Amino acid sequence: MADKKGWHDLMRGADLPPATSLEYKTGSWRSMRPVFDASNCIHCMICVAYCPDMAIPITKSEEGVVGKGGRLYKGAVRLETNFDYCKGCGICAQECPTKCITMIREEEAVEASTK
Amino acid sequence: MSVIKPLSGAQAVAEAMRQINPDVVVAYPITPQTPVVEYFAQFVANGLVDTETIPVESEHSAMSATVGASAAGARAMCATSSQGLALMWEVVAAVPGLRLPIVMPIVNRALSAPINIHCDHSDTMGATTIGWIQIFSENAQEAYENMFLALRLAEHKDVLIPAMVMQDGFIISHGVENVKILDDDVVKKFVGERNPDRFLLDVKNPYTIGPLALPDYYFEIKRQQEEAMENAKKIYLEVGEDLSKLTGNKYPYFEEYRIEDAAAVIIVLASAAGTAKDAIDEMRVDGKKVGLLKPKLFRPFPYKEIRDAVKNIPVIGVLDRSISFGSYAPLYTEIRNSLFELENKPKLQSYIFGLGGKDIFKNDIKQIFEELLSGKVNPEEQKYIGLRG
Repeated sequence: MADKKGWHDLMRGADLPPATSLEYKTGSWRSMRPVFDASNCIHCMICVAYCPDMAIPITKSEEGVVGKGGRLYKGAVRLETNFDYCKGCGICAQECPTKCITMIREEEAVEASTK
Repeated sequence: MSVIKPLSGAQAVAEAMRQINPDVVVAYPITPQTPVVEYFAQFVANGLVDTETIPVESEHSAMSATVGASAAGARAMCATSSQGLALMWEVVAAVPGLRLPIVMPIVNRALSAPINIHCDHSDTMGATTIGWIQIFSENAQEAYENMFLALRLAEHKDVLIPAMVMQDGFIISHGVENVKILDDDVVKKFVGERNPDRFLLDVKNPYTIGPLALPDYYFEIKRQQEEAMENAKKIYLEVGEDLSKLTGNKYPYFEEYRIEDAAAVIIVLASAAGTAKDAIDEMRVDGKKVGLLKPKLFRPFPYKEIRDAVKNIPVIGVLDRSISFGSYAPLYTEIRNSLFELENKPKLQSYIFGLGGKDIFKNDIKQIFEELLSGKVNPEEQKYIGLRG
């Protein structure tokens, strides 16, 4: 705690600069991991809207990405989950209409990546 | 120029709010604060103020909306009594920590149970430890002027903590007396505009308000509040001097009434001080050397100043209009604490009076003085005035 500011130097009333939650990586809390199967995704944005941590990034794609049924999805498309912030709550997997998100145990994901 | 108007205490505070013309007022009506809200709502309906009033379903929401408005940058006010203060308690306790300079007139009323609508100080005495400035008013005139004092004090850059301005329920809030009202322009100039250094609607300079602060930061944030309270004590006198130039009245921490040569002194808050002054005047005619000390600023409490004022008084009676079950009464506790550093302490006696609006009469005060003058007092005993045995 010695490196933290004393009461004279803190902003008044616990006020803080904006957007400090960006520095707070909550992904370490995760015990379950959403695995996203892009080939079965229709880019409906339901997972994006439901994610309580805004941990599913989106982008605008002119050229499009290949999704369910080999179709090309243009415009707003979702990207891989941001695992810095995803807490693994599983809401995206629950809400996904095409069931293209599967929840697996975090250890399994770590084991798979180190094999 | 100022004019004399016949006003009740509630009207006088509403009149002060009209002249302050706050941006937002959110208050849920509760007896005996109701006329404050009624009169102010009339000013809004008649277009005499620019204030936005927000109808809410409870005091908890009233203070929540006031906090939101104040954090957004508005000059925001609330008003309440007793059960209302109790219901909004969760939010009331958060305001000093958020460092929002909300001014809230309070019309003191006894806390339930038993349910009661009349005056005692048990409502605000429960809120002495959470970081609000508290100013007691003896009469409608003081309640009116204390609103301006509280506003400038709360909004001062070295303070930025909220303030309660108290008056006694019914006795003052519903009793009509002559009140000297300042010109609107004079008040407007005195209170100016709220000029916050940061506020949530300043979208170009975003910041975070009300974050979580765990053991690594909470203590530090609370220490800042104590600093603000210490500053408030100094700045109270400065703002009082400014206000004095407009009203001709003085704004000390406490009023001293005929105590220079007094053999016995009563210390009492708010409207009962008026009754005590009459009793003192009559006893003085009979050659009894008696006097009064009436604290005005209750938080922060002026310990040292009161000690200096009463150090040569032989015997002091402290009258509390509230009870602190299982401990010394709230005002008595502060006076007892004030005297700790004295080698030769005055004799002390604690009295409880007026709970739930029970009247205290001039003769009660005289009897108290006689008891004090007899010297038969016990600082560890609590006596009760007007209580049936």
